[in-house]
Amino acid sequence: MSFVTGLKCRECGQIYPKQPLAGCEQCFAPLEVEYDYEGISRVLSHDTIASRPKNLWRFRELLPLDTDPVVGLATGSTPLVRAHRLGRALGLNELYLKNDSVNTPTLSFKDRVTAVAINKALEFKLHAVGCASTGNLANSVAANAAAAGLPAYVLIPDNLEQNKITATSVYGARVIAVKGNYDEVNRLCTELSERYPWGFVNVNLRPFYGEGSKTFGYEIAEQLGWRAPTAVVVPMAGGSLITKIHKGFKELERLGLLKNEVRTSLFGAQAAGCNPIAAAVKRGSSDIQPVKPSTIAKSLAIGNPADGYHAAGLIAGSGGWAEDVTDEEILAGITLLAKTEGVFTETAGGVTVSVTRKLVQQGRIKPDDLTVIAITGNGLKTTEALKVEQPISIEPKVAQFEAAVSGLAARA
Amino acid sequence: MSLKLTIPTALRKITGDADVVEVQSGTVQEIIEQLDRSYSGFLSRVCEDNGKLRRFINIYVNGEDIRFLDNLSTRVPDGAELSLILAIAGG
Repeated sequence: MSFVTGLKCRECGQIYPKQPLAGCEQCFAPLEVEYDYEGISRVLSHDTIASRPKNLWRFRELLPLDTDPVVGLATGSTPLVRAHRLGRALGLNELYLKNDSVNTPTLSFKDRVTAVAINKALEFKLHAVGCASTGNLANSVAANAAAAGLPAYVLIPDNLEQNKITATSVYGARVIAVKGNYDEVNRLCTELSERYPWGFVNVNLRPFYGEGSKTFGYEIAEQLGWRAPTAVVVPMAGGSLITKIHKGFKELERLGLLKNEVRTSLFGAQAAGCNPIAAAVKRGSSDIQPVKPSTIAKSLAIGNPADGYHAAGLIAGSGGWAEDVTDEEILAGITLLAKTEGVFTETAGGVTVSVTRKLVQQGRIKPDDLTVIAITGNGLKTTEALKVEQPISIEPKVAQFEAAVSGLAARA
Repeated sequence: MSLKLTIPTALRKITGDADVVEVQSGTVQEIIEQLDRSYSGFLSRVCEDNGKLRRFINIYVNGEDIRFLDNLSTRVPDGAELSLILAIAGG
């Protein structure tokens, strides 16, 4: 049973019935799914949620499916880990990682959005799905489309990491590498959506797709004992995730499911080589000036972020901030997280860790703030960004081992 | 001296269902005004009351976003490819 009442324009308030639709037909702004929250509050309680299996469908009343999900049944309920050692390194006493680098099926937070979008494509009886992607979405659309038995057309920039290409093609998806950056790929995808009657997950299925990201916020609150944190640090590409985490906290508050008031400061993280949202926040504006991306954080390389305006406004209104870090700082962030917490994240996670360090140094996050950082993708996808020392090679002899180890000790 | 402009579905109610329309070359601003004369209400759908392009619509001249060029003052030469496309998220 669905509690969705329709789609509503975020800017002008125009209402539309449930359908595949990219944006408002009046002012072109993004659409938000509207729910009957009174109806939901009658059926959804802490006990109901606790009684359900550990996946994102434990919040199903707050997701826009009309029927039972067919794919993505194990997605979500990723670990929220107390990060003592990273906290000490950054100067934070109460730091947690929300670790979507171990999400299923494809090791990124995008599994949440495609779980909703691919099921929605089945509900709308669409015969194929497609997307423009910087990599993680490509992997996830390809996997869930395969599980749903739908053909997938995946458009990517032609400079993507090899592992992200392999982890898309293996599922049988038609992968098209477009000569250009993500924004050019996305423009082509939008034009194709006018010609082909498919479900483009980030175009005509976008209102539904984005709702999957709210579960990242619901899970953080549930795992903290039904509390919203003081601060969250979230990587930003198109800008959607940070807005949906906020929407998730606000919905739980509205339903009476939180023990505290939502006063979470939203902190956005970008790469210096692609920082249109952070630049707007620093200017004190929500007007986005697009940029041409140049960064190793390819999954965040969106120079023309469609949700940037909304994200920048929410960040400023929450008392948060946005920062950006260089490629060197991104790599340092990846290794710091790996060496302190044993968590291997992709470049986007390196952005988040190093931006957190910067925000603490600036005094914007205080040492005692209960802080959650969003780790959204797995390090095995972007290994080519890292230069690691090659292992010492020895003969299988004890003496050679001891010589090698004493050499390592001398170096350390 | 003319060029072709692709109209997104959301604006086709105004253009009488035409998906491609022919316009005279000029600046982007002049082309929008031309279209408003042919299709009443076009200007107000694409621009805000203060004359700025609406936030969620992007205009490209030969594949380049006009915000990297001269915004609405960007000249669109004969034969150029001009497109109006909704801003879309992803990642």
